[in-house]
Amino acid sequence: MAEAQQAVLEVRGLKVEFPGRRGVATALSDVSLSIRPGEILGVVGESGAGKSMTGLAIQGLLERPGHIAEGEIWLTDRRIDNLGDREMEKIRGREIGAIFQDPLTSLNPLFTVGAQLTETIRQHLGMGKAEAKARAISLLKDVGIPSPEERFNQYPHQFSGGMRQRVVIALALAASPKLIIADEPTTALDVSIQAQITSLLRKLCKEKGTAVMLVTHDMGVIAETADRVAVLYAGRLIEIGPVDQVLRAPKHPYTRGLMASIPALGARVERLNQIDGSMPRLDAIPSGCAFNPRCKEAGPRCTRERPGLLPAGAGASACWLNAGGTA
Amino acid sequence: MTAMTSQETSALSVSRLVKTFDVSAPWLNRVVERKPRQFLQAVSDISFDVPLGGCLSLVGESGCGKSTVARLVTGLYRPNGGEMRFAPGHDGKPLSAQMIFQDPYASLNPRWRVKNIVAEPIRELKLRKTRAEIDDRVVELLKTVGLSASDGEKFPHEFSGGQRQRISIARALAGEPEFLVCDEPTSALDVSVQAQVLNLMRRLQDQFGLTYLFISHDMSVVRHMSDRIAVMYLGRIVEEGKTEALFARPRHPYTQLLLQTIPNIEKPHRDRVVAGGEVPSPLKPPSGCPFHPRCPIATARCSAELPEVRTLANGTRVACHLAEDA
Ligand SMILES: Nc1ncnc2c1ncn2[C@@H]1O[C@H](COP(=O)(O)OP(=O)(O)OP(=O)(O)O)[C@@H](O)[C@H]1O
Ligand SMILES: Nc1ncnc2c1ncn2[C@@H]1O[C@H](COP(=O)(O)OP(=O)(O)OP(=O)(O)O)[C@@H](O)[C@H]1O
Ligand code: SF4
Ligand code: SF4
Ligand SMILES: [Mg+2]
Ligand SMILES: [Mg+2]
Repeated sequence: MAEAQQAVLEVRGLKVEFPGRRGVATALSDVSLSIRPGEILGVVGESGAGKSMTGLAIQGLLERPGHIAEGEIWLTDRRIDNLGDREMEKIRGREIGAIFQDPLTSLNPLFTVGAQLTETIRQHLGMGKAEAKARAISLLKDVGIPSPEERFNQYPHQFSGGMRQRVVIALALAASPKLIIADEPTTALDVSIQAQITSLLRKLCKEKGTAVMLVTHDMGVIAETADRVAVLYAGRLIEIGPVDQVLRAPKHPYTRGLMASIPALGARVERLNQIDGSMPRLDAIPSGCAFNPRCKEAGPRCTRERPGLLPAGAGASACWLNAGGTA
Repeated sequence: MTAMTSQETSALSVSRLVKTFDVSAPWLNRVVERKPRQFLQAVSDISFDVPLGGCLSLVGESGCGKSTVARLVTGLYRPNGGEMRFAPGHDGKPLSAQMIFQDPYASLNPRWRVKNIVAEPIRELKLRKTRAEIDDRVVELLKTVGLSASDGEKFPHEFSGGQRQRISIARALAGEPEFLVCDEPTSALDVSVQAQVLNLMRRLQDQFGLTYLFISHDMSVVRHMSDRIAVMYLGRIVEEGKTEALFARPRHPYTQLLLQTIPNIEKPHRDRVVAGGEVPSPLKPPSGCPFHPRCPIATARCSAELPEVRTLANGTRVACHLAEDA
């Protein structure tokens, strides 16, 4: 892709390994992606595919003994995968805002929601107390919390699940970071609040040029929010492309199966569509194409050689059938 | 107000349930800042029946009180008013409800291996005798939710979000419950695993007559799972009825809004604004009908008078002055 603007995030050939009792598990393998200013990249894939892991690796938060075995991560013009803990800590919160999949890990049960927000704002933006409080309240309002002044003084357990999730979003936005990694930010939210959050993210992108990596399994959210979509399978990037193409005319057989298993809003069916079989375990990834045991289109080549990302339509897909090839 | 009028037996009848939280600032702050005590009514005068062997779903905006109802039903909170009656189960004792929590992380003990987490209810309730039988059952449960036997040896932190949610489902099923309260059980699951889990839940219902109280914000999931749906708004049930009736013709203006805003992959509207204005706060509930500040057809009566719950000819219950019966 030839673009004039420098990418905010650039991940090249990322490989993440977890050494364990039964050998090394490869959690991510050869993942490359980039996000430009003002762009929202959706990241989708089955449970356990490596979506959260990708976000954690970018932020230098892999749980030991997990580590980056290969590849590079760039935040604008700075390489960040080889920085020390101290330096990464400065980048987190200030330059990269994170919304973790589990909202409770980001919130301290012992402090009020307001105290946690003002702390983050003051630490990163150097604001005074009153100014920070005003910003905190306006952030709570932005994420759709009614009566923000009163809620400011409440503790996390006094919030509903979806309200806690929104507080975490407010925390991630607090310091106006240039990259936001949002891991399932709207899972527990009803559609109208979900719409409010996604339009807030889109607004930040448009107005401030923020880049967003949006991890979600909700294709409705992807359709309404993302500009491009990356599909992960067993720790590998198997398809990436513009949102219309990936959702409507997916190039990879796995993506096609994924789209077909979305429950339609139509009548109640006896059984929902599911892709037969399950994703391989990380320590037992089949040779060749990782999807081959489940793929209806697999041929002899698929068990022997691993397909790399090849141009497909306006994007790319890792399948031997691409561009008229044979499997 | 009478609850559901159908002839089916109910696993649970709830009538006029109320839950209020004291959310006052600490005593000293109240004195210094001259603030009054503050209460939040999370659940106001709620009545519903869960059909035996069926599924009632609670839907409604974030913060409307769904999890609070779930916690009342499972005995984690004590109500400030109202009544809950459980039908007798297989053993003749009143049914008790097991819960799958909204937050799968917080409900799994981080220091236990997954196999022990899943085995705990089996041991506790003495559902299997020998160690080998328990082990077999644990493996069976892990496979049922799409995990493998060797996953039992791991700790919760070694799993992804959706995998942890499946561990908590396996644990809930381990107790062989007759009544399961599921608070967003599939919210962290991608569509294909979600389909597996929902298919499983339906199969268990057919095989063992399991009863569900189901909470989800995903209307397509709700439609797939439920026999009846109760729509909540600001702590109250505003409409309750058979699933198909509710989808075919929602009567309450809020239900209509809820069904309109479902994101659609075919026709995404990317610059969607939040429909119908601001979400009200339970700390300052509006007068009269709680929905009146956002209701497109509100009249003067609506801001003055709380609408009674009426039962329409088709059995749907609705709390709106203007909902028609025809
Ligand atoms: N600390 C860890 N140690 C070992 N393996 C891990 C660890 N954390 C995650 N994994 C494994 O890495 C894989 C990828 O996990 P990840 O959390 O990225 O999945 P995900 O795509 O975010 O899935 P979900 O949609 O369920 O959240 C999973 O198979 C998981 O079991
Ligand atoms: N322990 C508590 N103390 C004080 N207030 C509480 C407590 N639990 C819930 N609330 C309040 O009660 C209301 C209803 O919360 P509840 O968790 O039942 O909502 P919910 O419908 O489950 O929302 P969500 O979809 O976001 O999970 C909210 O305003 C919340 O702040
Ligand atoms: S490479 Fe082969 S197995 Fe893999 S998705 Fe393509 S056809 Fe299927
Ligand atoms: S009672 Fe009035 S305000 Fe309430 S939903 Fe009905 S019409 Fe709207
Ligand atoms: Mg995850
Ligand atoms: Mg809840």
